[in-house]
Amino acid sequence: MRPVFFIPLALFLFFAGLAGYMLANGRFEAVPSHMVNKPLPEFTLPPAVDGLPGTSRADFIGGKPKLLNVWASWCLPCIAEAPQLEALKEEGVEIIGIAIRDKPEDVGDFLNRYGNPYTRIGADDISQLQIEIGAAGVPETFVIDAKGNIRHQHIGDIRASDVPKLLQILEDVQ
Amino acid sequence: MIAELGLAALWLATALAVLQIVSGVLGLRAGEKGAALAIYARPAAVVQAFLAVLAFFLLLWAFAITDLSIKLVATNSHSMKPMLYKLTGTWGNHEGSMLLWVAVLALSGGLLAGLERRLPHKTMSATLAVQGFVALGFYAFLLLSSNPFERLPIPAVEGTGLNPLLQDIGLAIHPPTLYVGYVGLSVAFSLAMGALIAKQVTPDFAKVMRPWVLFAWVFLTLGITAGSYWAYYELGWGGWWFWDPVENSSLMPWLAATALLHSVSVLAARDALRTWTIMLGVLAFSMSMLGTFLVRSGVLTSVHAFAVDPERGSFILLLLGLYIGGALAIFAVRAGSITEGKRFSVTSRESALVFNNVMLSAILAIVLLGTLYPLLTEAFDVRVSVGPPYFNPAGAIFAIPMFIVMGVGPLLRWKQDKPARIQFELSLIAAVAIAVVSVVAILGDYSILAVLGLALSVALGIAAFLPLRGRKIGRVPLATWGMIMAHFGVAVSLFGMASESAFTEERLAAVTPGSTEQLGDWNIELMGVDPVAGPNWTAVEARLAVSRGDEEPTIINPQARNFWAPAQATSESALVTRWDGQLYAVIGEQSEDGRWQLRVWWKPFVTFIWYGGLLISLGGVLSIVGRVRLDLKRRSAVRKGKARRDDKAALSGAPQPEPAE
Repeated sequence: MRPVFFIPLALFLFFAGLAGYMLANGRFEAVPSHMVNKPLPEFTLPPAVDGLPGTSRADFIGGKPKLLNVWASWCLPCIAEAPQLEALKEEGVEIIGIAIRDKPEDVGDFLNRYGNPYTRIGADDISQLQIEIGAAGVPETFVIDAKGNIRHQHIGDIRASDVPKLLQILEDVQ
Repeated sequence: MIAELGLAALWLATALAVLQIVSGVLGLRAGEKGAALAIYARPAAVVQAFLAVLAFFLLLWAFAITDLSIKLVATNSHSMKPMLYKLTGTWGNHEGSMLLWVAVLALSGGLLAGLERRLPHKTMSATLAVQGFVALGFYAFLLLSSNPFERLPIPAVEGTGLNPLLQDIGLAIHPPTLYVGYVGLSVAFSLAMGALIAKQVTPDFAKVMRPWVLFAWVFLTLGITAGSYWAYYELGWGGWWFWDPVENSSLMPWLAATALLHSVSVLAARDALRTWTIMLGVLAFSMSMLGTFLVRSGVLTSVHAFAVDPERGSFILLLLGLYIGGALAIFAVRAGSITEGKRFSVTSRESALVFNNVMLSAILAIVLLGTLYPLLTEAFDVRVSVGPPYFNPAGAIFAIPMFIVMGVGPLLRWKQDKPARIQFELSLIAAVAIAVVSVVAILGDYSILAVLGLALSVALGIAAFLPLRGRKIGRVPLATWGMIMAHFGVAVSLFGMASESAFTEERLAAVTPGSTEQLGDWNIELMGVDPVAGPNWTAVEARLAVSRGDEEPTIINPQARNFWAPAQATSESALVTRWDGQLYAVIGEQSEDGRWQLRVWWKPFVTFIWYGGLLISLGGVLSIVGRVRLDLKRRSAVRKGKARRDDKAALSGAPQPEPAE
């Protein structure tokens, strides 16, 4: 027996263990960002696509609570959550997008293909705002109340079952 | 009755798989003497193949007549669907596609048992036992968690359709082709395990394994090529490879199979790389199973993932752990007992093959990591996506040296060679590559990867034919032609990829009927937009008159379709193919001022990507034919020689030797 021949087995067991752990432990126990219940930082982002304005902190102040959706056109889970964002929009929720490290033509493409639930999309080319609000990846969605405070963080894609929950939270923070 | 018959056939096949395992193990333990029960291994495999294929055809029949008392038919079909799509719907869903998987698995096991007579008894018994063991797990998966023949308590009134994205002729060919490739590798896996367990890793074993690997590899190549073209024209966004996890899960077995193919050739010709070959045999089928797990468990979300079910995921994961883990454990314990094989020097064809096998494995690791990384981070509650910005440069780091060595390797001799001997060839390849780089640099400012791709593809295209230099063309073996063809195909495909990425022109415009757009030397006139209807969709269809220079205009009709069962919108692209590229047109939505969004690409030489894929497959086919023909010739010569000796002995009246018991 030579130890080198055990390397493939060891690697495999590591991956299999991890996958098993994931399947066993459920997948969406989100750890809240440290920014939850704190005010949204000051920011101004240029438009991410022709035809839609960019965004800044001021857009979140006043009116009803809004959703801040951190996404990107190159992100597969974002495709999966597109119908749910559309459903939220149908319910009258205003969704402001932050496109992470993206190109205007790709953003336009994505919106043409999967629909546009956004009123504004800001381009965050160096993930500055993403990091400031404590989002680790894409997609993530934040509930922002009318005073500009972050009230809830949703990590990962929004599944169909998450839509009523998010609507409830939006109601609650009003 | 159909459903019950199908289910019975599956259960019977399961029982036969158990018999196959038992008799295979007994055969292995009895060694060359043979045990009483051992004779059942082969017939069990053959009958099992018949039963599993029968079960699949019964399901096909149920879909053809839209038997709505079967749950699977009711949820995935619709009485008003065109017949072709009723049939393809059989495997356009989880249960049906798993049944197809299992049917192909049993069929390849049956073919191996029925046709293969050259292997030592011990290796064959162990191989059949492993093949039976793999089949058993997947029968259990089908019967316990994905029964395709489940009845509804009350038959449905109407079915609920098929994902319209999948309602396409591409779907009719793509998954079955890919499955033949995926599952064909199960034979390579079983053979590798069989030889390892019996400790008979020999050139003869490699010669038995090679046609199976080639066969699976040809189908994988065709499947990936077809899948890429399908995604290209069906998804309507002009790309031909998306690094989608499902695409990756077909690419990974192909990478492993390509490495295995070359490794098994070295083992057959030179008796070297024994442990490598076994390892790659395990790896290739492991990647097939991993692909099945990723797609079928729904752990990844993508356009393809239409089965989301964690329970099934756990089941496949368990099977995966059992088979891959078990195989790797046996490898860990046994591989040390296989002697290393023949040695070779650094400049030799073996070295070049080893180098490229390492490169292929590295690319495989990159794709695997990129595909699994989102999964890994998800374990720590972060969901991320990995895309082309990672795959393209990371893959290229290993692909570029691989292409260079691929051009040079076939020119080298086995065992030991001097670079000086092939000085002319080396200079020619280098000169061509440098010339292309200079020309492209003058033409314009293109990305470094595209320029390198163009240079390598032209150099490789020429290098592919250099092994013919100084040989009599008529006497070159068919298998060598196969290699030349496949390597040339890689060059052609690479040329298409590089050209598409460097020279594509694009135009996005809002147009009114009657207006004309320019794209390069193409004129595109929107003649009108009309509503059209199909059997289960409605669409707006644009009439575009496109012409290049002064030629007669061609009418093409891109559509934006709306399916109504279930509701979904897709865009149907329209293509104009010329020898030097394709015009690709997509119609979008109408804006409020009445203008239509029109998107047109001119993609020079994009078709070469898929022509290359076809050439690679053709190379594989030539190799199989060449090898098998040679093998049959040799066998008949051996038989004739033996018959002549027997005749001589009978004539001379010498006492016949008693046949050994």
